[in-house]
Formats: sequence, C-alpha cells, structure tokens
Amino acid sequence: MNDLIKDIESRFEISDCIRKNDQLAFITVKKEQAIALVTNLRDYHNYTCLTLLTAVDWIENGIFQLTYLLNNPYNFTEIGVRVMIDREKATMESAHHLWESMATYQRELHEMFGIDFPGSPRIDEDFILEGWDNLPPYRRDFDTKKYSEETYFPRPGRQSNDPATYMKSKMYPND
Amino acid sequence: MDYSITKFLWTLLGLFIVTNWGMLMSSTMRRIGARVAGRFGIPWYQPWIDLVKLYSLRSQLSHGAMFYLGPVFRMMGGVGIFLFVPMVYGNPHWSNYSFSGDLILILYFQFFGMLGMALGAGEGGHPYSAIGISRGLSQFTTIEVPMTLAILSLAIQYQTFSITEIVAAQQGGITTWTMWTNPLATVAAMLSLLGAFGHSPFNLVKAPNEIPIGPPTEFHGTFLGVLRTNAAILHVAEAAFFMNLFFGGATSWFELILKTFLIYFWSIFVGTVFPRFRIEQSVRWFLQIPTIIGILAILILL
Amino acid sequence: MENNIDKPRFDEVDMDKFLDPENEKRSVMAPDGSIIEVDPLKDYFCQDRPEELKPKNGPIEKFLNWARAESLWVLGFGTGCGSIEIPPLVTPRFDMFRYGVQMRPTPRQSNVFIISGYLSVKTLKRAIRSYEQMPSPKYIIALGSCTINGGMYWDSYNTINRLDYYMPVDVYIAGCMPRPEALLAGFAKLKELIKAGKAEKANEYARNFDWYKANQKKIIKNWNMPDYNW
Repeated sequence: MNDLIKDIESRFEISDCIRKNDQLAFITVKKEQAIALVTNLRDYHNYTCLTLLTAVDWIENGIFQLTYLLNNPYNFTEIGVRVMIDREKATMESAHHLWESMATYQRELHEMFGIDFPGSPRIDEDFILEGWDNLPPYRRDFDTKKYSEETYFPRPGRQSNDPATYMKSKMYPND
Repeated sequence: MDYSITKFLWTLLGLFIVTNWGMLMSSTMRRIGARVAGRFGIPWYQPWIDLVKLYSLRSQLSHGAMFYLGPVFRMMGGVGIFLFVPMVYGNPHWSNYSFSGDLILILYFQFFGMLGMALGAGEGGHPYSAIGISRGLSQFTTIEVPMTLAILSLAIQYQTFSITEIVAAQQGGITTWTMWTNPLATVAAMLSLLGAFGHSPFNLVKAPNEIPIGPPTEFHGTFLGVLRTNAAILHVAEAAFFMNLFFGGATSWFELILKTFLIYFWSIFVGTVFPRFRIEQSVRWFLQIPTIIGILAILILL
Repeated sequence: MENNIDKPRFDEVDMDKFLDPENEKRSVMAPDGSIIEVDPLKDYFCQDRPEELKPKNGPIEKFLNWARAESLWVLGFGTGCGSIEIPPLVTPRFDMFRYGVQMRPTPRQSNVFIISGYLSVKTLKRAIRSYEQMPSPKYIIALGSCTINGGMYWDSYNTINRLDYYMPVDVYIAGCMPRPEALLAGFAKLKELIKAGKAEKANEYARNFDWYKANQKKIIKNWNMPDYNW
C-alpha cells in the first residue's frame, strides 16, 4: 500500500491521504484529475472492482464530497478516492465508460443530491421518486420531517419511547 | 310423459350428479396433494362455497359480446362431452344421447372449448390472456395427436364408431378390457390424458407463477363461476370417456365413481412428482414417444 | 374524517407537468383513413365514477356473506416488507387453505387486498390501480404499524403516514411485522366483520370518492391514469 501511495503521489496532485489500516486508504484529489486517477487505479494497479460511488453533503463548507470506493480483489485492499465539488453548480465527469454499474449510482446521485453527470445514460429519467419537484431530498437543507408532516397526514397521538427507559419501567417498576 | 322429455330430465339429473361428483373429486385431489406436502388443505366443501361467492359478486365488467364466448363455449364443450358419453352401461336412464358416430363427435367437442376460450380471452384485452391462450392452443393440438391415433386404433379393433358398442364388447370380466387386448393404444391415450387434464407437467398454460393465470386472466364473477363448473363436469366426463374406451365401462354408479377417481388420480400422481415442461418441450415430447406408440398401435392391427 | 377546505378539488390539480408523452392529445389515423383527434386519458378509458352497491339485507344476504367470508381470495401483490409474513401462511405450520384463504394472481379474481407495510408514493399509485380493478365486494387488510401512523418511516419524504386517507381499510393488524398467528387472527376478525355485514368499506370509498381522490392526487403528481381505473 505504501508503494502504491508513493506512486500515485508522484503522478497526481493529492491534497490529503488518510491511511486507516493496511487494507484501506482514502485519497483526496482535485476534480479535474479524479477520473484519470480512477482509470489509473483500475488499469495499472488492479483495482478492478467498483464497490460504490456515494456523496456527502458538507453544507458548512458549501461542497459535496464524492467518494469512489475501489476494491482490489487480488490482494484484498480498498482505496477510496474523494473528490470535492461545488455545491451550487454540482457537476462531475461521468465514469460510465469504466464500469457499467456506474450509470445507476450516478442516476441515484442525480436524483437524491442534484449532482449532474453529463453524458451518463438515462440520467434524467425518474429513478425512485416519481413526480418530485422539490429540493433533492438528501441535501441537508431539505427538512424531511417538516415535509412529511405537511404532505402526509400524520396521525395525532403518536409517541415514541426510548427502549431502555421503557423496558426498565415495565420490568422493574419499583426501582 | 313423452319419452324424450323423461330422457332429457334423466340426463339433467345425471349432469347434476356429475357436477357435484366433479367438485368433490377436485377438492379431494387437492387435499391429497396437500397431504403430500404435509398440510391439511382446503375443506372438502370449498368448491361449492367458491362457486356461491363467484356467482354473487356485486359488480362485474365485460369487454364486449365476444367476451362471453369464452366461458360459454367451454361449458358447451364440457356438457357436449358429457351428453354423448354413456355414464352407466346397460341402464337406459343414464346412457345419455350416445349414438353410432359419437366417437368422432367427442374428439370434436374436446377442442371446441379451447377455441371458444381463445375468442373470449382475446377479447379480454389483457396481453397475458393472449399469450396464455396461444400457448394453450399449441399444446392442445399436439395432445390430440396420440389421442386420435389411439382412438383410431380402437375403431379398427372393434370395427365401430359407437362408444356403447365398444363398452358392450368389453363386458365379461377384467380380461376383456381394452387395457389387455390393445395395450399400446391404452398407453398412448393415457399419456395424452396427462396433457388433457392440464396438471403438471403440462400446466404451464394456467400456472399462476408463470403468467397471471393465463387465459382466464380477465374472467371474474359469473364468468369464472361458469369456467369452474365446466372444469368439474369436464374432468368427470373426460375420465368417463376413457373409462368406457379402455377400462370396461361402468355398470353401476359406484363403479363409475371408483374408475373416474382412479383415472383422474393417475394424472395427479404423475403431477405431484414432476415439474413443468415449457411449451416447446411438451410439444416435442408429445410428438415423439406417445405418437410413435400410437402409430404402432394402428400398424399392429392392420 | 376531516374535510380540509383549502385542499384543491381533485380535478383541478395540474396534471400536465408530469404527463407521460403517450397520454398527450394527438391526432391518429383511423382505419378508414381519416385523421381524428384523440385525448387518450378520456377516450381510451371509462370515465364513470364508482357507485355504491348497497347490500340487500335479509337471510339471502347473510348466506352470501357467509360464503364470501369462507372463501377469501387474496391478491398476490406484496406491497411492502410485511409481505414476507404471507408465504409462511402457505407452509404446513400455519396452513391458511384450511380457512378458505387462497392467493390469486390477478385483481380481477381477488376479494382481499393486503397492504403489507409502508406504502411509498410509487407503490401507492400501483396499489390504487389494482384496488380499483377489483370487483366489489372487496376488503383491505392493513398490515403493520406503517399503515397506522407511519411506523418506522414516519418522517420519510416518500412514505405515507395514514393509509385510511388514501384507501378505505377494513381491518388493521398491528405489529412490525405481525407474526403469522397475528395474521390469522386478523383474517378471523375480517370474517367476523363480513358475516355481520359490516365490511362495506368499498361503498364508503364510492361515497367519499372526491375526498379520497383529492388526497391521492395531492401526493401522486404524475397521475397518468384515469380518475377511476375500472
């Protein structure tokens, strides 16, 4: 893993590298070089298996963080490539030519976060939400509880209990 | 009263008995299948309750005049087979309307119901009905090949086209049954019987896991009630037809009930242990072994 | 049942925003060569409203209700995660065929619709389509706490909280998920209601049709269906 990181640092501009253990590392790279790095990992270093592509909403800094998790099935290591993109105009190059399942992950991110991947197949079609015209739901400025209370009629009288205190009051009422 | 009216009323009574026996037989067979699976299964009176429920639906919709043809033609096929097959030999009340050419007529009536179902299911407008009925028709066409060959072999053997005369020739003990005097024809016909009754391995046409019930997809309420009543009549009439041709006919109602039960049980017996064939596999199977046996059954007699 | 005055009437909702391209008005060539204007949602589907089909009370209706209760045909449409409790009912331990309950594959031939668990907006549209195609008399059994008050998904942006604002429910079965014994108890309660003549929620749906439709159209924005799917 150390040799691999040294090799990558000599070719690309890595701004951050977190090594969790011998089998897992996260590399943060600039947006313009991200797909090149992913292709490099896939073709030269045997990271041929795509685990997932996911996004995190850092609303305080105004960025989305995309994570490409790649897996090497030959020596059982995993590398996460992190890319920071702007929150207001969220677009990223599409990687569907590398793995075909990338198209589905990109559709999900387009629907849930509003990140556009120009050129990805079927990116504008409805994925899970049909007839959605509000904010993309996974963004942190979308208040899902408020939306649910306004749109779907909640039944009054609903209450939740903390399981530990509830079971304690049931089983040991005298304590 | 006029003789023809009394005969008509006796035939109606026979139809009533056969319908009830058919429903009881179907629920018994389902209970046997359930016992094989370790369950108890439906209660024995369930088919009657299902029929009452179906006939008493409050809202029904039809897709046009031809939509009625499905159940009506099926019913005519079933009742037609019943009318021309003598139920109990020797008894003028229960011999129905058998006459000298009724062997050919029964072969015609067997296909009649399927064709009517094709008209009705196509009118239903559901794409799965159309797929189901095209599968059903292609399968049933090939089922008829070994059956017709076996029946022709019987006609050559007994030199007659009348079922009553075939039954008459088989009286006199078990050794005179067609089962022993013409075994090849019996084997070919019993193999094609598996397909005619529509149980596993030939039940792809109506299997709920394959296609939402196939041809009867859009039929509900009274339509489905008529289809189910017809199923009860058809099973008994078809089994009685085979009983008359190959197993010596029945000289009393008890013999009829026993023999039709055993003949129907043969198809359930095979069905419980075999999975389904696809339509092209079943067509290929019917045109190989049963057809060869049927052809041999004719050649041997020439 | 509250009737909110500021809810729009269901036929005033803007349906064109999410209209499917195959449902737009267009001109087609008729078989005899002439060009005709077609509005698919109005011309290709039946536009009648559902009617109330009142039962005639008397001994015959009691007998028919007994027959309907003893032969319940359930639609094989598992809407949510609660439908994993339905296959155990067919196994030998909880054999439901003994009680006359059988599964049917098409809505045309079934009487009972089991809504098992949460209903997302996408599934609600399909469930409404299936429910309206069932012939009357029909019953709905609501399984799980998601149908009662939203359950575990009470604050989700995509699941409904109260099923009886969208479809009329006869029996609720509480639990997450209810065990097969609870399901059998629910079926017994439904049979009791049917035999007493009290399971007429399909007629209530027809009576308050406008209110149900307004609730449904409020959340299903891509309503590419006719108002009532016969």
